[in-house]
Amino acid sequence: MNALSAALLAAFPPVNQQYLAEARQMQAMSFAVHIPLVCFAIALPSIVVFTEWRYWRTGDPLYRTLARRWSKVMISLFAFGVVTGTVLSFELGLLWPNFMATFGSVFGFAFAAEGFSFFVEAIFISIYVYGWDRLSKRMHLLSGIPVIVAGFAGSLFVISVNGFMNHPSGFTMQNGRAVDVHPAAALLGNSFFWHELIHMYLSGFMVTGFVMAAVYAWGWLKGRRGRVELTALAIPLTVASLASPVQGIVGDWAARTVAQEQPVKLAAFEGLQTTTRGASEHLLGWYNGSSVVYGIAIPDLLSFLAFHDPNATVQGLDAVAPQDRPPATLINVIRFAFQGMVGIGMLLALIGVLFIAIGVRKRRLPRSPWFYRALVIAGPLSVIALICGWVTTEVGRQPFIVYNVMRTTDAVTGAGGIPVGYGALALVYLALAVAVVWVLRRLARVPLEMGVADAAR
Amino acid sequence: MPLADVPVALMLVGLTAYMVLAGADFGTGLWELTAGRDTFGVRLRDYAHDAMGPVWEANHVWLIFVLAVFWSAYPIAFASVFTTLAGPLFVAVLGIILRGSAYAVRAVVRSDRERGLVDQIFALSSIATPFALGAAIGGIASGRVPVGNSAGNLITSWLNPTSIIIGVIAVAASGHLAAVYLAADARRQVEPRLLGAFRTRALVSGVVAGALALIGLTVLRADTPHLFSGLDQGAGLGAVLVSGAAGVMTIGLVWFGRYELARYAGATAVAAIIAGWAAAQAPDILPGLSIEAASAGRATVVTVIVVMAIGALALVPSLFLLFRLFLKGAFDPSAIRESIPARQEGGRIPRSLAGILVVLLVVGSALTVFADAGWAQALGVAALIVFLAGGFIAFATSITGETSR
Repeated sequence: MNALSAALLAAFPPVNQQYLAEARQMQAMSFAVHIPLVCFAIALPSIVVFTEWRYWRTGDPLYRTLARRWSKVMISLFAFGVVTGTVLSFELGLLWPNFMATFGSVFGFAFAAEGFSFFVEAIFISIYVYGWDRLSKRMHLLSGIPVIVAGFAGSLFVISVNGFMNHPSGFTMQNGRAVDVHPAAALLGNSFFWHELIHMYLSGFMVTGFVMAAVYAWGWLKGRRGRVELTALAIPLTVASLASPVQGIVGDWAARTVAQEQPVKLAAFEGLQTTTRGASEHLLGWYNGSSVVYGIAIPDLLSFLAFHDPNATVQGLDAVAPQDRPPATLINVIRFAFQGMVGIGMLLALIGVLFIAIGVRKRRLPRSPWFYRALVIAGPLSVIALICGWVTTEVGRQPFIVYNVMRTTDAVTGAGGIPVGYGALALVYLALAVAVVWVLRRLARVPLEMGVADAAR
Repeated sequence: MPLADVPVALMLVGLTAYMVLAGADFGTGLWELTAGRDTFGVRLRDYAHDAMGPVWEANHVWLIFVLAVFWSAYPIAFASVFTTLAGPLFVAVLGIILRGSAYAVRAVVRSDRERGLVDQIFALSSIATPFALGAAIGGIASGRVPVGNSAGNLITSWLNPTSIIIGVIAVAASGHLAAVYLAADARRQVEPRLLGAFRTRALVSGVVAGALALIGLTVLRADTPHLFSGLDQGAGLGAVLVSGAAGVMTIGLVWFGRYELARYAGATAVAAIIAGWAAAQAPDILPGLSIEAASAGRATVVTVIVVMAIGALALVPSLFLLFRLFLKGAFDPSAIRESIPARQEGGRIPRSLAGILVVLLVVGSALTVFADAGWAQALGVAALIVFLAGGFIAFATSITGETSR
């Protein structure tokens, strides 16, 4: 069997796509809609299965009510996740055909593997949700386990593709085509994707936990403080509270890996123009095309954070040619996304530590309304931090779609009509957002105590 | 079979599964659209909706498989198809979003007005999606997708006689399969009126789909002679005959009330159409591009096959379990409720456990931050994950012991 011939790839020369920016925005929008749903697919199964397990242990029907209700939320969000994920897989071909034509042979299989994980997840989520009262107790609880495992496996395969795009390996480029391809080594043997996977996986628990806690904290402020509501607040908040401080540690690992493997991206995080020994970290401020102005500079901090050495040399943007680094107009986007993610993450970790400390010492929930007000804000903030994180890594990789190998401009489709598609999808997603909110409100409006009475019958 | 052909065989299997499983789900949209607004119409729509509940999500994953194998194993062909046929594929994707969302929303509607609106969206998107996918297949089958980045005509590649008739056949076949399956399910639930309704629909749609298939052959003969000649002889002709025979048999089985057998006959009729297409188009995947030449190379094909084999080991037992539960009626309304003796749990986290958790956190953090060796860092991350899992169970158990008082 021959590898793809050069003549065939010649059918995919870089095209002049006047709507490249719109194509990128369309991809970003689709991703921003999908990724919060992924968080719930990652974390909700563990939360629901834990809650059901508490029911079997204590016999208290309130756990059953909660597990059942959350399992309905889980399958609804999963359904929205399925369709928005399908959009992403179509867009790989619709928007970035040259990327697929050149590297589909390298990373494509990961999506088949992800398909299997996802399939198993869909099957057992159905069995779990439709199996309440219809399967034996043991069978029902066990049917939740594959959902948890498959959720992790699915993330692993998808993130491995992103790891490949950031740190390509497992092939040789020859005249613009990938030859000598080793797909398994390119993805799973790529050490780069592990920090991304763990970082994303923890984000899933943070977003899910804080968003759910925000809903019940809102109820708490409105006076809904029964034992069902308090328990419903405590379980997801525990998950998020533990995950947030650990996320800081994992984030440090991620940043140091980026410093080593993608120094230009790190320079973009900070807006560091020239290669500097003992580089400062700038909080806030504005990158004006050559340096960061109006920021609060903390001497040597960047060097210390990136290399654990205050005197370490940090590579600047000008270490590579201007066309090989993110355009100056995007540096501020990357900087603010990065700082937004880190800042919000620290705030969330603080809330988490406070909650755990009070819980361990006093064995109760915090009593100050300010804590609950903070939780109400923490929910949406966690989603913003999630999006900021992806903006950081994806925009930070520009102008490349595959780091230092293929440019985004060379990957795009030659087909017309991108603005039409973009507009249509934006409208549909707006309707989708309204639908999601509406569904969740409907699910939330069934009074909890009634559910308990029903379950206890 | 040459190695390069294996992925295409896997894609055809996936496409067949998508057509006979998800296709039937799409078909329910047709019956929801035509159900009428009276009480029985509402009952019919509710029933059609509930019947596919537990399986619909699983069914739609087949499409993702087909795409993933396509772009891995034949990347050039994939990119050519997705640029020239961007129009119908985008329509299909919008249809998939609207349909899936309408499905999720329907679970919580209350008034008839809400339900009516959601059902309209559901039904229209259920018809648009199979039509668009059928039209895209028509574009490939009729040789209107050349190799290259949007090298073909963006409009006529899918709005042409072959595409349109295949799109219409896809909608009709989906509706037919849905009616046959729903009749079989209605029989199990002993609902004579629903059974009668879907029996009629299965018979009528079967005749319509058969007639459309015959029209389709004449359209192909005029519009796409090279494909028609493939269906006129050899394996292609065999597939056409099998499909026709299975279609007639399905109608007969429905007529005589053998619904369970009719399911399989109907699925066979559809599967044979896909097989016939493959036989007629072989050995080219696109005009002038053989499967052999389009193949991504040995390493990729082997990886795809290995992934499929390992995945099948996880998937087949899971699917088997799902369909066994579904078909034996385990998800039909009924209730078993095991009573659980009440027991107080919770309280303080045991000191020893708390100690272990703190050690895990400290050691895990230190290794993750300061270790240089990869294995030590991995150990650190693993310790942090164990801390999170253990900490969650311990703390949540303890705190809910208090909140649930």
